[in-house]
Amino acid sequence: MKIRIKFRKWGVMKFIGHLDMMRYFQKAMRRAGIDICYSEGFSPHQIMSFAAPLGVGITSDGEYFDIEVHSTMTTEQALCALNEEMVDGVEITGYVRLEDHAKTAMSLVSAADYELTYKEGYASPYTAEEWENKLREYFEMQNEFPVVKKTKKSERIVDLKPFVYRFEVLHGKTAGFFLQVSTGSADNIKPELVLSALYERCGLSYDPFAIQIHRTEVYAKEKDRLIPLLEMGTPIIREEL
Amino acid sequence: MNCRSVKQYQTALSDEILLQVEKPARYIGNELNSVRKDKETVDIRFAMCFPDVYEIGMSHLGIQILYELFNRREDTWCERVYSPWPDLHRIMKEKQIPLFGLESQEPVKDFDFIGITLQYEMCYTNILQLLDLAQIPLFARERTDGQPLVIGGGPCAFNPEPVADFFDLFYIGEGEEQYDALLNLYKKMKREHKGRAAFLHEAAKLEGIYVPSLYQASYHEDGTLANFTPLFSDIPAVIKKQVNKNLTDSVYPEKPVVPFIKATQDRVVLELQRGCIRGCRFCQAGMIYRPNREKEVEKLKELAQKMLASTGYEEISLSSLSSSDYSKLEELVTFLLKECRAKGVNISLPSLRIDAFSLDVMSKVQDIRKSSLTFAPEAGSQRLRDVINKGLTKEDILHGAQEAFCGGWNKVKLYFMLGLPTETEEDMRAIPELANEIAALYYDTVPKEQRSGKCQVTISTSFFVPKPFTPFQWAQMTDAKEYIRRAGIVNETVKKQLNHKSIRYNWHEADVTVLEGVLARGDRRLSAVIYEAYQNGQFFDAWSEFFDFQKWRKAFETCGLSIDFYTMRKRGEDELFPWDFVDAGVTKEFLLREWENAQKQSVTPNCRMRCSGCGAKTYGGGVCYEDKN
Repeated sequence: MKIRIKFRKWGVMKFIGHLDMMRYFQKAMRRAGIDICYSEGFSPHQIMSFAAPLGVGITSDGEYFDIEVHSTMTTEQALCALNEEMVDGVEITGYVRLEDHAKTAMSLVSAADYELTYKEGYASPYTAEEWENKLREYFEMQNEFPVVKKTKKSERIVDLKPFVYRFEVLHGKTAGFFLQVSTGSADNIKPELVLSALYERCGLSYDPFAIQIHRTEVYAKEKDRLIPLLEMGTPIIREEL
Repeated sequence: MNCRSVKQYQTALSDEILLQVEKPARYIGNELNSVRKDKETVDIRFAMCFPDVYEIGMSHLGIQILYELFNRREDTWCERVYSPWPDLHRIMKEKQIPLFGLESQEPVKDFDFIGITLQYEMCYTNILQLLDLAQIPLFARERTDGQPLVIGGGPCAFNPEPVADFFDLFYIGEGEEQYDALLNLYKKMKREHKGRAAFLHEAAKLEGIYVPSLYQASYHEDGTLANFTPLFSDIPAVIKKQVNKNLTDSVYPEKPVVPFIKATQDRVVLELQRGCIRGCRFCQAGMIYRPNREKEVEKLKELAQKMLASTGYEEISLSSLSSSDYSKLEELVTFLLKECRAKGVNISLPSLRIDAFSLDVMSKVQDIRKSSLTFAPEAGSQRLRDVINKGLTKEDILHGAQEAFCGGWNKVKLYFMLGLPTETEEDMRAIPELANEIAALYYDTVPKEQRSGKCQVTISTSFFVPKPFTPFQWAQMTDAKEYIRRAGIVNETVKKQLNHKSIRYNWHEADVTVLEGVLARGDRRLSAVIYEAYQNGQFFDAWSEFFDFQKWRKAFETCGLSIDFYTMRKRGEDELFPWDFVDAGVTKEFLLREWENAQKQSVTPNCRMRCSGCGAKTYGGGVCYEDKN
């Protein structure tokens, strides 16, 4: 049966890259006694797939991966067993059963929420109110929001407007930003690309070290509605063998 | 639900730095099973350093054993330190960031001990890098009360003299034996506010502890050692190697630290035994870890289960100098196969003797089409194999290869050394000739229709480096040009073989061999050269992209020392060696007898067949007492 797992990642764990996180969870599955399915062959690997890789340096409250298991504990037991095995900086917050024919998280991902805040020792160039004005002028009032997207091979101009679903200013000790952007295999928009474009419009130079990016949720799209990936499954109340 | 506290974890390096350097995971700590303690509750803080990059250091079993040994003590907190990679090294130098322990992220200059393991000679400049970044004086004589004591250990500590000036003390032998006594002494004297000098003087009286500053060396006019004596009458003249007599019941990392990034050895490691019964005359490990001692098989089974459970590793590997000689190997492997199959865990087999049993096991755990078989004949001709006392015969190799070919393998790797004592051109040519015979055997053995591609025989040669406490400690080396000439002879001979299209040949660099040879059998005058080389910008010498022999050559010139003195000189049988003050268990008489046997091409049987009276029996355990209750 298929299981979807949600986790948080913070602190020093933000320096552990996506592939190493996968290796970390493969070991954690064994330690926690999750009855995970293996592939055939000489070096069997666990049936496990991640929703949307998180870049090094980014923290998150909404990370997902799917696994296949032969049998399962209840949601409550599994959360306990897994969290027993976590290091500081990783916490399992969801464990739900998916329907047998469910598509993998990776193929469903369509949007993600991010918070972008200034790190300690860095100040925002504007107040929250000033940022709101800039955002209105350069983003909301514009029909297009073109940026230069650089890849290893080429440079091309992309209009981000259709892929940035929400772009708001956060009011805190210092200003910050909330972004909901298109994510996934089709149109994967990195939040720093959007913010650095706004900086550029304001005539500022963007310092990636100044900003802490924090992912808060990842969504699938169902009939034009965004659904958090966890809500596609159901909690397990009885053990299933 | 277990909700962990959201602990703030302050790293020694800022986000900016960690996001700039390659693999920041090397420097953040927080790994599974790493030990964090409240520093206010401990008396002793110990930084355990491996002077190479994280991925190499994290693969080392000895460090994990000592980490466990120290952290079992409530009064001690042992942390790990690895060499910062050159990218971070530059930043730490520029910003004056002191070297820190991974667990606490605090500067090691405030610790009580900095322990550095010496696993290979080419890491010697990295010792200086660690001390430099730690912001403590490089030379032991310049350190004062309140600064950490720098202690060395590991196989290269059997000749600690080339790095003697940098260390306050050395531990000679296996850590399980004497470290508790040393730490207890330290704690007592720290409480009594005794200074550094007083502690070192007392420590030097403990068996296995060597304090280089308490000894004086004098030299003959020809540069050889004349005298090596303690400065005080209460300091022992001979340092006795420490041996763990009860391997089965001694401390072992049941919860080893699991790195986030892939380490070189990224699996559960099960230590089957220490020492080796074989007595190959070039092999230092085979001599200094005598007597051979096995761990009981039931204990190994228990450890395997515990370690797999505590780490979640997907692979387990067996560790020993010669696994095929472990008496219960078949029982252990059968158990592991059963145990691991069920849990999706792979077994990684060390180089086993190739026979029906090992081939059967390998066919169960590896994809035959992709894997290759490894033989280490070490020398091409039977004559030279007799010189080095490598028991493997040509018949053994051909028979093993034939069985493997029948079992479906078609890739064979062969390891040899060039520059062994008494080597002739005939011996060199015998290397490709053996490879050719193996390739021919494939085509004779496997019918055309059953062949899965060509047979592939890969020859690798390294250049032999004589090591202290081996029968070859008297051997002469040659210069880099001569080594390369010999590799050239092998290469030319490969081309002349009938099956040359099935043979590949790789050889090592020669310069690094020469330097390794100098440092292996060097004396304490070399500390100045190592210091000079580091000042010239040399470190990470074990990495070919950073090794620069010209800078080393310059350092020797500056210090007025000759490379050839250490490598090319003929050492007399009565010469006093810089490492002779260490009692490594094997006596100099035994080594000399074996050196003579080598010249006579006379084979010495292994420890189980007949005792050769090497001297290790005085340790009162292991193979010397098997079947002699």
